[in-house]
Amino acid sequence: MRKAGFLPRLTYGSATRLFLLATLIALPFADLSISAVHPAAEFRRLLGGILSPNFAAIEFWSVVWTVAFAVLGLVAGGTAGLVLALFFDRSRLVRLVAAALRSVHELFWALFLMQITGLSPATGIFAIAIPYAGIFAKVFAEIFEEADRSAESVLPHRTAAVSRFAFARFPVVAQQLKTYTLYRLECAMRSTLVLGFVGLPTIGFHLESYFRQAHYAEATALLMCFYVLIGTRRFWARPWTVPLLAIASLFVLPETTGNGSTWSNIARFFGHDVIPLPLRSGSLWHGDTWTAFGSWVWRITAHQIAPGTVETLILAQIALIAAGALALFLYPMVSRRFLGQVGHYLGRAMLVVVRSTPEYMLAYLLLQLMGPSMLPAIIALSLHNGAIIGYLLGRQADQLFLRADAPKGANLYFYQTTPNLYGQFLAYLLYRWELILRESAIFGILGIKTLGYYVDAAISELRIDTAALLLVGVGVLTVSVDAFSRSLRRRLRIEALPVRLSAVHGTHSTKSAAAYTGAAQAQQPVA
Amino acid sequence: MAVAITLDKVTAGYHGAPVLHDITLSIERGARVAIIGRSGAGKSTLLNTIYRRYPEHAALIPQASALVAGLSVFHNVFMGCLDRHSTLYNLRTLVWPPATEIAAVTRVLEAVGLEEKLFAKAGELSGGQQQRTSVARALLNGRPIVVADEPVSALDRVQGGDVLRVLSERHETKIFAMHDIRLALEHSDRVVLLEGGRIILDEPSSHLSYERLLPHFAGEPQ
Repeated sequence: MRKAGFLPRLTYGSATRLFLLATLIALPFADLSISAVHPAAEFRRLLGGILSPNFAAIEFWSVVWTVAFAVLGLVAGGTAGLVLALFFDRSRLVRLVAAALRSVHELFWALFLMQITGLSPATGIFAIAIPYAGIFAKVFAEIFEEADRSAESVLPHRTAAVSRFAFARFPVVAQQLKTYTLYRLECAMRSTLVLGFVGLPTIGFHLESYFRQAHYAEATALLMCFYVLIGTRRFWARPWTVPLLAIASLFVLPETTGNGSTWSNIARFFGHDVIPLPLRSGSLWHGDTWTAFGSWVWRITAHQIAPGTVETLILAQIALIAAGALALFLYPMVSRRFLGQVGHYLGRAMLVVVRSTPEYMLAYLLLQLMGPSMLPAIIALSLHNGAIIGYLLGRQADQLFLRADAPKGANLYFYQTTPNLYGQFLAYLLYRWELILRESAIFGILGIKTLGYYVDAAISELRIDTAALLLVGVGVLTVSVDAFSRSLRRRLRIEALPVRLSAVHGTHSTKSAAAYTGAAQAQQPVA
Repeated sequence: MAVAITLDKVTAGYHGAPVLHDITLSIERGARVAIIGRSGAGKSTLLNTIYRRYPEHAALIPQASALVAGLSVFHNVFMGCLDRHSTLYNLRTLVWPPATEIAAVTRVLEAVGLEEKLFAKAGELSGGQQQRTSVARALLNGRPIVVADEPVSALDRVQGGDVLRVLSERHETKIFAMHDIRLALEHSDRVVLLEGGRIILDEPSSHLSYERLLPHFAGEPQ
């Protein structure tokens, strides 16, 4: 019962060809030049720095604050997300709010919050908490939806909703919620690091200045410290330590650097700054005011949102295909089927590096080395996403059932594993499309003329109203691409396949569990 | 005697495909009815249909024990009486069980021989122990009708008989779905035989014998 759409019969092949075609169309419009004068010499300096890290450069408090912001942002976002998740399937408004919160990147939230709370801990914590609340709401709601409801169905008639939830719903999924939340702590740490690039006192703040001055030995030491933090997450972040960490974090937060009273900032922000310029002075009852407002919206849409959107889509499109190509190239190298135990260890190592290297930082570094163009952004995005998809495919390849006389090497790759995994590959790639798009928009802050470029420019000129309209544009674009990606996955019939990185390490992946137990679910009575 | 359950020409199914056809059934209060039939005959659907019609008066023992694996046996059993207490009391019991509830739960666990597992995690129990936990939950629930879907399938015949006797003492009206013909005859006053979603036999147990029912189970182990 497939609906006839504007895309005639969609198959793995035709979908791939469409995406390749879109990339071919996008390529001529992308600036792929290397404008740095001596990129090779700069790379040598980077290599020299990496080989001789200077550990004296590690700023202790920046490390503490990175953890503190991440933990507090996670706890606040997780709590809000859990509450939202409870109403997720019942309220369209909640779904809409959650979608809006997560469609705007934490860096954008930080830039906005700075107008109110300045360079304070509150900015750092809420910049994480707000988008994470939206993400948690959606993921938690999915976990609840896929949970086993059998114990709930046996509860005595007229059991109150709260008791029902506390006994028969929450405990069923508690383990999954914990696993996912702890996984998210890693993401929150990466996000917090990146917030340093816009001025918050986290590790990223020092990394930015070291990179800018080409002090690679110092930057390497700081980054290694971050890798160790992420790598040892399992030891220090456990379900019972997170509340303790959160309380401890409250006591070590840095002091706010003066930005006036928060309340007067809030009043100014909502009462003046964020209100579109034409509406501030003119009477709302006057037709001219609205004509002026209309032309204000039109001007920004035509001169900023439209070109920014096109540039964002071009960057995301090229990065998506590059990530896909890299993933198909990488997955045999991290698979036991091809490289045995070596592949297994390669995969682990690759995952740790990828998980702890924020794309934004990578793009920043590459821009320093290669000069401003789209190329560094494409490399950063495709390395990060390609490695993640490659790792996930490698694990899936390990789990494939192969007959005893299966071919080896290239024949195995082309005739067995790749055809078998192709649907899964497309599911990963289409899911990552939205994430790549969000990052592409953000990379504008680094000078590439995607939507983030215009947002950053508007905020630095204190045209907050313009920035707000631009963010609406970012939100609409992200949500549309997400919806389009979803509908493609449905049409390709790969919507039930697992897509999340978090699903690999948890003992039970929610999506895949649902796919494998689909038969069991069909037996639930509907009489 | 007063009637506890009436179904009048009921048709039910999964996803639109009927599993039960035209079921007319009336069960008196105090009756002990065994629903038997091959797998796929519609026993579970019939039981779920009955439970859904009388949720106020019935306790359900579903075929899969339907326990919360992460909670203790105590909490799983206590779920049988969540409707009798305030939400606040229930939440308190979740964190810090009061002695009176521990005593009440221990009593029903003793009846099924599982009292030593009071604070074991439900997920760590064997299949038979999970089934007895599910029975204990219905005992604590204590509603007059018990609708039990294969409540002793994972127990041996002696243990199974004991559990069925306990259920019979505690609940006024008993409806057991079973695949073991001997056990069904021994622990019921009336047998309803389903085949292909229809009732093809409905008689007092005393009129029936193992030999007479066996042909209806051709191909299934007894």
